[in-house]
Amino acid sequence: MFEELSNIRKAVPSLKSFRNLPSLARREFRWGMLFLSPWILGFLAFTFLPILATFFFSFLNLRITDGIFSRPDFVGFANYAQLFKDPQVWSTSTTPGSLWITIRFGLLALPIGIFVPLGIALLMNSPHLKGQNTFRTLFYMPYIVPFVAAIFLWGGMLNSESGWINRTLMYFGVPKENVPLWANDIHWVYPTYIIMGIWGIGNAMLIMLAGLQGVPTELYDAAKVDGASAWQTFWKVTFPMISPVIFYNVVLSVVGLFQYFLVPLVVNSGTGNPGGTTYFYNLYLYKTFFVFQNMAYGATLAWFLFVIILLVTIALFGTAKYWVYYAGESR
Amino acid sequence: MSNKILTQTLREEKSITIRNRALAHKLRKGFNVTFITALTLALLGIFLAPFLFMVFTSLKTQGQISQLGAPIWPAKPTTFDYNGKAIEVYRVPMAKCVGADPSDTSVKELGIVKKGRQQSTFVDPANLVAGEITCSVSWRALDRPWKWSPNWQNYADAWKAIDYPRLMWNTTFYAIMTEIGVLISCTLVAFGFARFRFPGRDFLFIVLITTIFLPGAVTIIPTYAFFQRIGWVGTWLPLIVPAFFANAYDVFLLRQYFMTLPRELDEAAMIDGASPLRVLWSVIIPQSYPALMAVTVFHIVYAWNDYFGPLIYLSTARDKWPISIALTTFNGIYGQRPQLIQAGALMALILPLILFAVAQRFFVQGIVVTGVEK
Repeated sequence: MFEELSNIRKAVPSLKSFRNLPSLARREFRWGMLFLSPWILGFLAFTFLPILATFFFSFLNLRITDGIFSRPDFVGFANYAQLFKDPQVWSTSTTPGSLWITIRFGLLALPIGIFVPLGIALLMNSPHLKGQNTFRTLFYMPYIVPFVAAIFLWGGMLNSESGWINRTLMYFGVPKENVPLWANDIHWVYPTYIIMGIWGIGNAMLIMLAGLQGVPTELYDAAKVDGASAWQTFWKVTFPMISPVIFYNVVLSVVGLFQYFLVPLVVNSGTGNPGGTTYFYNLYLYKTFFVFQNMAYGATLAWFLFVIILLVTIALFGTAKYWVYYAGESR
Repeated sequence: MSNKILTQTLREEKSITIRNRALAHKLRKGFNVTFITALTLALLGIFLAPFLFMVFTSLKTQGQISQLGAPIWPAKPTTFDYNGKAIEVYRVPMAKCVGADPSDTSVKELGIVKKGRQQSTFVDPANLVAGEITCSVSWRALDRPWKWSPNWQNYADAWKAIDYPRLMWNTTFYAIMTEIGVLISCTLVAFGFARFRFPGRDFLFIVLITTIFLPGAVTIIPTYAFFQRIGWVGTWLPLIVPAFFANAYDVFLLRQYFMTLPRELDEAAMIDGASPLRVLWSVIIPQSYPALMAVTVFHIVYAWNDYFGPLIYLSTARDKWPISIALTTFNGIYGQRPQLIQAGALMALILPLILFAVAQRFFVQGIVVTGVEK
């Protein structure tokens, strides 16, 4: 027994050569899969099969009424035919479609969701800032405030009469009848949502700050010796070095923004008010399934959204080679 | 001799220039530090202003909320006791009063005895013996001095209105049950990814990371239908059971941490005959407290904030509502009483905030691990 062990010890100086022993390789496989099994089962049950089921449901006319499923029939592409001429999805001459609403809001929110945390992270990373750790903690703090509570806080701040923002505007001379109505104003409702979302930047800010702190100082020294301005240094040194972190945040934000709907659901009660401007695609999906109880059409909307997000994500990964720089890789 | 003096002078001049330059540098640096720090402080002030708004509003009385021109901080109008009666205090321009010098620009805080449109009667609390003063002012046009007066009753009212202890218990129960599931399953899976080599492992890891980017919309309908079918909608089970099947964020965080631990210790334990489970329990876990703490605090915050899950699975089971769901109904009922809404919001965020204050270093470390290393 002891001899056997010491033999193995001699024969296997590192873990790498464990794989050369078939019985040990099998043992590794068995144990590895055993440890992975919770996730593999969960992935199959809560991710993989539901994706397939969503696809399958989109070809049925399944409804669910008060927990009772209707008898489903195969309807071919009828749901997709409905989807492609649904005025709730596509804009008409009079009303904006939910897809366009989602994209329009996303185009507004995405740059803010990237550049505001980046700007604050740059401030946090400044050698001139005193008390960096305290600031970092305090800028992150609102991130942990529960979503509904944050909406109430900002809802109060943005109240058209008693909110501090309009009080400040009036203090600086904006006439009372000209102050924005924020969440109830067609032109101000998106800025309202963006302001309410600004408390969520903590995560992105910390990730970007860690990226900034990881940039080797030699690069800054070299740029200084070459006489680069602060602007040049940012775009030629800092930005490429943290581009993987920015890319990660862009992809996560895009996926999140395509599914945006909880804020309009709580702030404007999911009605699409004011003037149908907040009837986001995912809100429509949510209502189709949970309110109108049309399961098959909900699945069709979900599958369509999935395909759009997939295509956009692939396109983003396609652009990555032009602007994302991986220092460790030789490309 | 003269040469020596010249050198001396030159040296002195040089040292003065150096000193001046150093001073200029110091000044410039001092200016930069002041400017950047002040700018950051101002931004932080704006960023955190809603907290102050919440605290102030939650302490106001309904009377102050509906009164125009009331201060933004919780206050009540000053009164004072005159002949056994509390009378209101106003700011009166003294020039308008009988017997006053018309060029007098002073304003005094006087108690009002008789209100009138054309003229009102006042007394000076500081000088009662002077008796009643008549001034030709309309009392409605006068400002009132306010004094700091928090109305703590709002918290008691909000507490009763939303059955706060019940909501706290529900939210805590949800957080703890899912926490147990997340810690057990994610530790096992992360250990599997970090310490075993087998064909397909790297592919599975890529699949795991991809699920971070997967839109939830594409899985929710069949998942909900399934839970509906087996009768779990309206119970805790659809929220708690999936937590026992690991999630990508926490597995990734733990796996990254486990990879940094030296393998020598586990190999030694293995050779001594320890099973992989034993290695995980006795070697890996004792070295991984920072990462496990990060997962723990993140998950508590996640569970505390979760709105969508409880919304779809518990909307019919009012007795199981967590605070996030209950708070939205509060908005509908008390739309005209913002002080109660803000008190409720504060009671909902106070626990995560305390947790953050205690464990903030784990939050920061955890995010840095998951975010940068992708």
